[in-house]
Amino acid sequence: MRHLLSTRDLDLADAIRLLDVAEDMATVSTREVKKLPALRGKTVVNLFFENSTRTRISFEAAAKRLSADVINFSASGSSVAKGESLKDTAQTLAAMGADAVVLRHPSSGAPQSLADSGWIDAGVINAGDGTHEHPTQALLDAFTIRRRMHGAASRGTNLSGVAVTIVGDILHSRVARSNVWLLTTLGAQVTLVAPPTLMPVNMTAWPVEVEYDLDRSLLRTPPSVLMMLRVQAERMSGDFFPNTREYSRRWGLDDERLGRLPEDTIVMHPGPMNRGLEISAAAADSARSTVREQVTNGVSVRMAALYLLLAGERLSPPTPTSRMRATT
Amino acid sequence: MNDQTPFLIAGATLADGRRTDLLVADGLIAETGTGLSSTGARRIDADGLIALPGLVDLHTHLREPGFEPSETVLTGTRAAAAGGFTAVFAMANTSPVADTAGVVEQVHRLGQDAGYAYVQPIGAVTVGLEGRHLAELGAMASSRARVRVFSDDGHCVEDPLLMRRALEYVKSFGGVIAQHAQDSRLTVEAQMNEGQVSSDLGLAGWPAVAEESIIARDVLLAEHVGSRVHICHLSTAGSVDVVRWAKARGIAVTAEVTPHHLLLTEELVRSYDPKYKVNPPLRRAEDVEALRRGLADGTIDIVATDHAPHPVEAKDCEWAAAANGMVGLESALAVVQAAVVDTGGLDWADVARVLSAAPATIGGLTGFGHELTAGSPAELTLYDPNDPHEFTAADLAGRSGNSPYLDMQLPGRVRYTFHRGQPTLADGALREEGLVANG
Repeated sequence: MRHLLSTRDLDLADAIRLLDVAEDMATVSTREVKKLPALRGKTVVNLFFENSTRTRISFEAAAKRLSADVINFSASGSSVAKGESLKDTAQTLAAMGADAVVLRHPSSGAPQSLADSGWIDAGVINAGDGTHEHPTQALLDAFTIRRRMHGAASRGTNLSGVAVTIVGDILHSRVARSNVWLLTTLGAQVTLVAPPTLMPVNMTAWPVEVEYDLDRSLLRTPPSVLMMLRVQAERMSGDFFPNTREYSRRWGLDDERLGRLPEDTIVMHPGPMNRGLEISAAAADSARSTVREQVTNGVSVRMAALYLLLAGERLSPPTPTSRMRATT
Repeated sequence: MNDQTPFLIAGATLADGRRTDLLVADGLIAETGTGLSSTGARRIDADGLIALPGLVDLHTHLREPGFEPSETVLTGTRAAAAGGFTAVFAMANTSPVADTAGVVEQVHRLGQDAGYAYVQPIGAVTVGLEGRHLAELGAMASSRARVRVFSDDGHCVEDPLLMRRALEYVKSFGGVIAQHAQDSRLTVEAQMNEGQVSSDLGLAGWPAVAEESIIARDVLLAEHVGSRVHICHLSTAGSVDVVRWAKARGIAVTAEVTPHHLLLTEELVRSYDPKYKVNPPLRRAEDVEALRRGLADGTIDIVATDHAPHPVEAKDCEWAAAANGMVGLESALAVVQAAVVDTGGLDWADVARVLSAAPATIGGLTGFGHELTAGSPAELTLYDPNDPHEFTAADLAGRSGNSPYLDMQLPGRVRYTFHRGQPTLADGALREEGLVANG
């Protein structure tokens, strides 16, 4: 695997391979010495143009458990018009001999630009780009679902027969996009629920069901997995919905809706949560909730991604799109 | 020193398909017909070449004054000559903005000094392109630059009352407002066409309605005050419908389309390659089809390049940080051939109309766009439509390289451009600065 830019580029074999390697990595994390020598001598740079302590420390833990050297680079300012350019930063990191760059950037497509640019030869992992994708988040979500469904027998399995309902700001969510492509590739049925103002304008090519009314959706398609997305503060002032109380009443997972869910439905949230807004405290803390497992599994999945990128392991042959992108 | 030797262009094919020789002397087409004598003249074998009236671009960004690292009047008009253009209308978004007689006269003068094409400055509609107060439209009209087209291009004249006043005011000197139709509230932080591709890519959308609603408002305003209005770079199927409706109603509206909106679609944005970033953005295949049909049926009057040079660093970055715009002068004729001639929509007489006669008429520019008959000014272009080639950086003649056509196959090449009776481009090569008819 040269880069990990998007879950849309992953075919079923790629996806299962990543999840299976993550299972191997998870067993490492249960040992007394939580460390493999696989990436000794490799340098991984966490290049964050946007603050995200959670994602950054998850990648940092993953790289360190694989014995890589880790450099954290927080570029100042999230405005694309200010501060150091992506190109200059990339060339600086290339000069330092980075083997992999984990990039978080406010601009959609920035990781692909970095991979295609010729500015740096390192492998690129997209750690969230604008409102485009967040592939390792989707991988950890898929990993978490698979473990809840299949337990110790997860290796090699897909997600066919699993109904996943994702609720919230689909329009601006990189988590939703990455999950749509990955979960459907793995065979899950995906339903997206949001106010129409927070739904992309044209989703005809997305392999999903679209629903505006959460209660009707829960009734029509009782979910095996209910994934609640965070409502970003900037949406609250942008007239996407009248106010947070109305949002919460219509699209929040409150205690009443929690009580109506099928018994074995799991509740997911990529974090950080707005308790009382998109998810109630009872839902967040219930046995259905996978929020803490997601964090644990995030490290395993990111170890798998780094390992496959840097340890010379090959995924199945690239798809036409990913081959097209392998210009460097 | 200008070389006044006559040229005998032998065996050219006119836009209407007739073959003729053309004798060029003293800045005019002196004679046409077959078997003209080349005695005392330099002979150009034009067998297989189409002779078009020199192309006129109603929408060019020359960037001078203020943005000389991107382009200057000299380098931009060299690009024009390389593309077969003999006159370009220079947009007003320079620094300082072309909103006074002084700036438009300076740009006009720089064009005359360069000598590669006639430079007709466009004046800003509002002071500083800020959309608040009318610029000195009358002073620019009466200046030596003789401005007739006014545009805040890059910005929409959004205030409906100010737009109404501008439309009314320029009637006194036969001017026209060229509107960049874009509702800014509907395009906050917009990065590409809003639709299926923007949904996939997570890029903020630029919806078609943001263009169409402004055009609809402006044609109604033009009707109400009895003025003419010109719409810059129409880019959507709905815009074509609105203009078609307005024309059927008798409203004095004219419209332009760019070569890139006739050929390229939003699918290219999937690469996140900023060379495809432009405003208005590349649209859907259905829009491209509608624009081609609109150009063929006369709803759209002209093709204009929106030649928009940018320095390397403005495109060598991630998508959101990149500047909008593409250079287009050098490639325009070949792109038009590929998009609408080879597909059967337009013949070469139509091309002569949409790339020369009609833009000259809309812009109130005399001495350009004439049919190639004896006595006409010698402003002409010889084009080889049967020279398929890969378009490369070597085909660009301006200062910037932000062309979306690099590495694409294009069907033909401009071989000669004559401006003021002298070649500015000869056998595909720009002539040296001392040899063109400047002054």
